[in-house]
Amino acid sequence: MSHDTSYTKQKFKLIGSRVNRPDGIDKVTGRARYGADASAPGQLVGKVLRSPHAHALIKKIDTTKAEKLPGVKAVITSADMPDLTGGNRSMLDILENCMARGRALYDGHAVAAVAAVDEQTARQALKLIKVTYKRLPHVTDVDKAMLPGAPVIHDWVFTSGVDPKPEKASNVVQRNQFGHGDVEAGFAEADVIVEKTFKTEQTHQGYIEPHACLATVGPDGHGDLWVTTQGHFHFRQVCAALIGMDVAKLKVTSSEIGGGFGGKTHVWMEPVALVLAREANRPVKLVMSREEVFKATGPTSSTSVDVKIGAKKNGTITAAAAELRYQGGAFPGIWGMLGAMTSFACYDLKNVQSVGYDVICNRPKVAAYRAPSAPMAAFGIESTMDLVAEEIGMDPVKFRIKNAAKEGTQASYGPVYGPIGIGPTLKAAQNHPHMKAKLRKNQGRGMACGFWFNFGGQTCTDLNIGVDGTVSLAVGTVDVGGSRASLGLIAAEELGIEYEQVKVHIADTASLGHNDTTEGSRGTFSSGMATIFAARDAKDELCQRAAKMWDIPVSAVAWKEGKAVAKGKRHNNLAPLTLKEIAAKSPNTGGPIAGHNEVVADGAGVSFASHICDVEVDPETGATKVIRYTVVQDAGKAIHPDYVEGQFQGGAAQGIGWALNEEYIYGDDGLLQNAGFLDYRIPVCSDLPFIDTEILEIPNPNHPYGIRGVGETSIVPPLAAIGNAVSNAVGVRMTHVPMSPPRILKALDEAGV
Amino acid sequence: MLKVGFTGALRSSVNGHAQVDAQASTIRELLSGLVQRYPDLAEHVDQGIAVALDGEIYRDDWSKPIPDGSAVFLLPRIQGG
Repeated sequence: MSHDTSYTKQKFKLIGSRVNRPDGIDKVTGRARYGADASAPGQLVGKVLRSPHAHALIKKIDTTKAEKLPGVKAVITSADMPDLTGGNRSMLDILENCMARGRALYDGHAVAAVAAVDEQTARQALKLIKVTYKRLPHVTDVDKAMLPGAPVIHDWVFTSGVDPKPEKASNVVQRNQFGHGDVEAGFAEADVIVEKTFKTEQTHQGYIEPHACLATVGPDGHGDLWVTTQGHFHFRQVCAALIGMDVAKLKVTSSEIGGGFGGKTHVWMEPVALVLAREANRPVKLVMSREEVFKATGPTSSTSVDVKIGAKKNGTITAAAAELRYQGGAFPGIWGMLGAMTSFACYDLKNVQSVGYDVICNRPKVAAYRAPSAPMAAFGIESTMDLVAEEIGMDPVKFRIKNAAKEGTQASYGPVYGPIGIGPTLKAAQNHPHMKAKLRKNQGRGMACGFWFNFGGQTCTDLNIGVDGTVSLAVGTVDVGGSRASLGLIAAEELGIEYEQVKVHIADTASLGHNDTTEGSRGTFSSGMATIFAARDAKDELCQRAAKMWDIPVSAVAWKEGKAVAKGKRHNNLAPLTLKEIAAKSPNTGGPIAGHNEVVADGAGVSFASHICDVEVDPETGATKVIRYTVVQDAGKAIHPDYVEGQFQGGAAQGIGWALNEEYIYGDDGLLQNAGFLDYRIPVCSDLPFIDTEILEIPNPNHPYGIRGVGETSIVPPLAAIGNAVSNAVGVRMTHVPMSPPRILKALDEAGV
Repeated sequence: MLKVGFTGALRSSVNGHAQVDAQASTIRELLSGLVQRYPDLAEHVDQGIAVALDGEIYRDDWSKPIPDGSAVFLLPRIQGG
């Protein structure tokens, strides 16, 4: 059944209030159950043997001794995970990433796995597996991987998007070009042209909870998977397809999630756990170590980006171009394409061209990381915007406002924008007190803009009303950032009841229809839409039941402010019936009262943010301290402002770590040198200032409540905002992220400062 | 009549055209008509494609009506975090 999704300017009673979070007590008391918190009778411990080489032929795997070790119940290799993908290359890539098939493609690639009665036996069994490798040449740098003569990682990768089609395999998966107009003519019109190359290093999402699951598969072909994930329906589909199970016979339950940020949208070891469980005919619990998380799950790309922007002295950009090279790990991805699409999306440009390259390297398969690919593109573009503003002597905020995209602008990635929020966020940043605060010696201020698409997708919800009038709302989008509170507010608002009367559950895959993964900032947008329609469905049923209780036609009943009211002169002497009163009589008026909705929630609406950052750089050590940070972002409608602010602050905090400290460091041997939080340093509270936020509410015309997604855009501007701030503090343009102390000192040395 | 724009890798699957004319009242009609004319586009449609109508991106709702004169762009399907 289709519903009108248009924004209706509804007046709210509860939406926008800061109610208590429903998971708060569970999380602070330790009652919340995360991925590693499940157990089953007779469960085994799963462990994975991983490649110690960056690239190697696997000549032989001898598991004989491990199999004979007392307490070992299963040992598997790729031979136990046959290719059932029917020629689907992207599915085969997932399978091969879970377990190497003849070649280890990166340091940490899984080559075998065991299930044993305890951890010690499992570890001992791994040591008894003998793998004979022949090392192969490797490449871990994106620019080096594109050079002729680079070791070609896959002989089946031929660059797409180029004409003529290449006859030789290479590491370049695809070339994607976006833009419009004539950039050469535009540059010829420019008074000033700035060209610069930027690099960003690979970072991990850094979620605190490692990947963990508990898998059971019986001899009858039925199975259960308890797992930390952003998308248990997607995990069910992928796991079932890869290991040859019927989808309906695999029930996947999402645990409480200790952070995902895109890294838990992909399967990494869950199919392995299921195969071990099937082989052993016992439940298998598989929990990654932090080292495994770094080495064998999906960080974001390292990148190399060339930017060229030309402008008139009056501040009008005449042309903009970028070439973006994104390292995607050992398998094809779309990260360079996304970088190219997002790069110039903030601006109204007559002549623009962005070209993205997706490049394979001997590193772990890249996964989405919060607005994937956009932060690195923004680092290059927004840094160059500041350089152009400086060249023409214009305030960088005014320069951005002058060129900002607006309704009717053709986006650099193609479409024409409807109502958008970049202009208002820039104006709000310009007028923010932060912009006028005084800076001291060695301090600098920077600002930057960011864009992300947002999307919706397949969603369904069930709303059940108990006989006591409390409401159970079952949703299928995993709560990664507070959606249970937001959806509870939405259900209560629609039904006209108290927030405390609603309990929101994340239903397992056997209890609800398919829901797309919580990604693309879609959780509250899409499940919010389905909740509104499910609640309206329930209200129709409540009116039916009230009509029965009053013995009047349902056409004479309406739902107003949480009560059924009888309409018309004949019935208006009837006292309104509350939801609670109707629910109490439900056994005798037709049984349980419920509302249900399935929707493809499209029209999510694009999202923009502007950030301001002040830093202080110690010129002797190169250490940078962020002393003030402000996020301005369009939220559509902030359902629960605490969580919206939390998303803004979280994105900024991750961006600060990415900009200043975090990086994957590979040795010449192609091995990861810093696979742990001691050597890969994410920011802690003492590293961060209070991150101020300003929520703009520009309603999304395609959602009844005007909701836009808010989860991702906040990580797009920080690299550039901090880059501009550090550059202004030290007087030298920083072009390489992270701007760690050694990198800042090197830049100062090279500039003779 | 609609003007349909193509970006990225999709352009090479429609013989390099930046824009083509099409007649369709829904996204489903649009995609099936285009695949008939440009068979190489089928692979992209199978893998997932997004359609921008007057600036709004639709990834899944193929029943979405396309008002005559809409600005239509076909985009590669995007992923999020």
